[in-house]
Amino acid sequence: MNVQILKLLAKDARMSASDISTVTGLPEIEVVNEIQQMKKDGLIRGFRTVIDWEKLDEFYVSAIVEIKVTPKAGLGFEDVAKKIARFHEVESVYLLSGDSDLSVIVKCKSFQDVSRFVAKELATIESVTSTKTQFVMRRYKELDVDLDVTDPDQRGVVSSC
Amino acid sequence: MLNYEAVLNNTITEIQPSGIRKFFDIAATMKDVISLGVGEPDFPTPWKIRNAAIKSLERGRTGYSSNRGLNELRAEISRYMLRKYALRYNPDTEILVTVGGSEAIDAALRSVINPGDEVIVPQPSYVCYVPMVKMAGGVPVIVNNRAENDFKLKAEELKEKITDKTKAIILPYPSNPTGAIMEKKDYEEIEQVIKDTSIVLISDEIYSELTFNGKRHVSPASVGSLKERTVVINGFSKAFSMTGWRLGYTCGPEEIISQITKLHQFAIMCAPTTSQYAAVTALRDCNDEVEAMMEEYDTRRKLMVKGFNDIGLECREPEGAFYAFPSIASTGMKCEEFCEKLLAAKKVAVVPGTAFGESGEGFVRASYCYSTDHILTAIKRIGEFISEI
Repeated sequence: MNVQILKLLAKDARMSASDISTVTGLPEIEVVNEIQQMKKDGLIRGFRTVIDWEKLDEFYVSAIVEIKVTPKAGLGFEDVAKKIARFHEVESVYLLSGDSDLSVIVKCKSFQDVSRFVAKELATIESVTSTKTQFVMRRYKELDVDLDVTDPDQRGVVSSC
Repeated sequence: MLNYEAVLNNTITEIQPSGIRKFFDIAATMKDVISLGVGEPDFPTPWKIRNAAIKSLERGRTGYSSNRGLNELRAEISRYMLRKYALRYNPDTEILVTVGGSEAIDAALRSVINPGDEVIVPQPSYVCYVPMVKMAGGVPVIVNNRAENDFKLKAEELKEKITDKTKAIILPYPSNPTGAIMEKKDYEEIEQVIKDTSIVLISDEIYSELTFNGKRHVSPASVGSLKERTVVINGFSKAFSMTGWRLGYTCGPEEIISQITKLHQFAIMCAPTTSQYAAVTALRDCNDEVEAMMEEYDTRRKLMVKGFNDIGLECREPEGAFYAFPSIASTGMKCEEFCEKLLAAKKVAVVPGTAFGESGEGFVRASYCYSTDHILTAIKRIGEFISEI
């Protein structure tokens, strides 16, 4: 495991092994092997792109669905959380402290699709006692990326300071 | 018509505007330039700091502060100097908050220079020192630092320039534009050269937070007996991405700071109060933010140095500030010619080394205050330029 590599990849998943090698001082082959190993160990689970879907006409609709659950004896929330995670429409599932038990991020093509999915698939799960669906109106920041920034570089071209 | 020549101050009129202004002017008007030319952080000021300023405005804290600066800010600066550089300064008598490091450099020079006094200025270095020495009535004496010494100020070269008129030495480390730093032993050697003199050290440490390879910044004030003769100058611009806030400070012996304070009091009154409230938060609560920026600079630094070396421009590893200073000797061009042709051919802007003194000839300054994508694109274009000449 190499935390420095993880930190660099967390910031930029496209960073090449050669650039990582330059920054960490490790030989390139070692970087490649290390990343392979961390994938194998389940430390690195995937590489995604942060996209501002709102820039497209055909964008996705997301909702945060808060779910209350009657935990099953012996299984707690595990069983239902894993079941929910299997759905294609579900982007994330978190176990929460506080009022709700699970927070589920659902992504569909339209508001209707989200409603239908929640009503048909999530609300009907046996131990689910209630759902509260909150549509995402606008994204400002995602995975550390500020989606709101459109300011061009205000600095000049050259300076001596 | 009024004879302006007769009206104006000769010392000021005789100061030449920077020789590379022409290049700067051309670059400034060109569109779609990929620039590595700016010595200013690309990160906005951390939000906590901006928010502290906003809150101070909301509370109506919009008056003057004391001449020396807010008590709580000077107290924070005192703690910071101790924590970071093992230096003890009394916030009531040995610290002054100024309008950027620039005001502090100017006032420090004016507080020690009598007409005709010599001030030693190592170069390549930031452009303000020579004109400021002249404006204070002093005579700048240049020491040309050399690449083979990693652009450090060497005690033996310094010694050659010392005369009985030498009043002060400027120590601009970590260095803009070379990225050079000075280590304890470098200052110990300098101490040997000046210990029997009354020469004052004016140490511009504005890049002190930006040192790499595990090397911590060393202030000359923390070395041997040098504290009694050192005026430390620092500020918030570079470390906290606060260039536009215009806030700096100076620490030193009470005898000197009290004189600088007079200049500040009569010329400035006090540094901007809003900026001072912001700066309290910067010193108190922004370690993580600063660290994240440093990590990013370090990544860029390494990629840039390798990038230049890969395209055939020999580039030493800078250990401080946020500039690389590659040699362009392999191209056979003078640096201004190189920069002008590069700009025309590939629309990439870097700053000629001669902007920072004659000894910058043969080098260009490239800033890594840009995203890695931007840096790598610029270097690729420079590589194309070199292969086409």
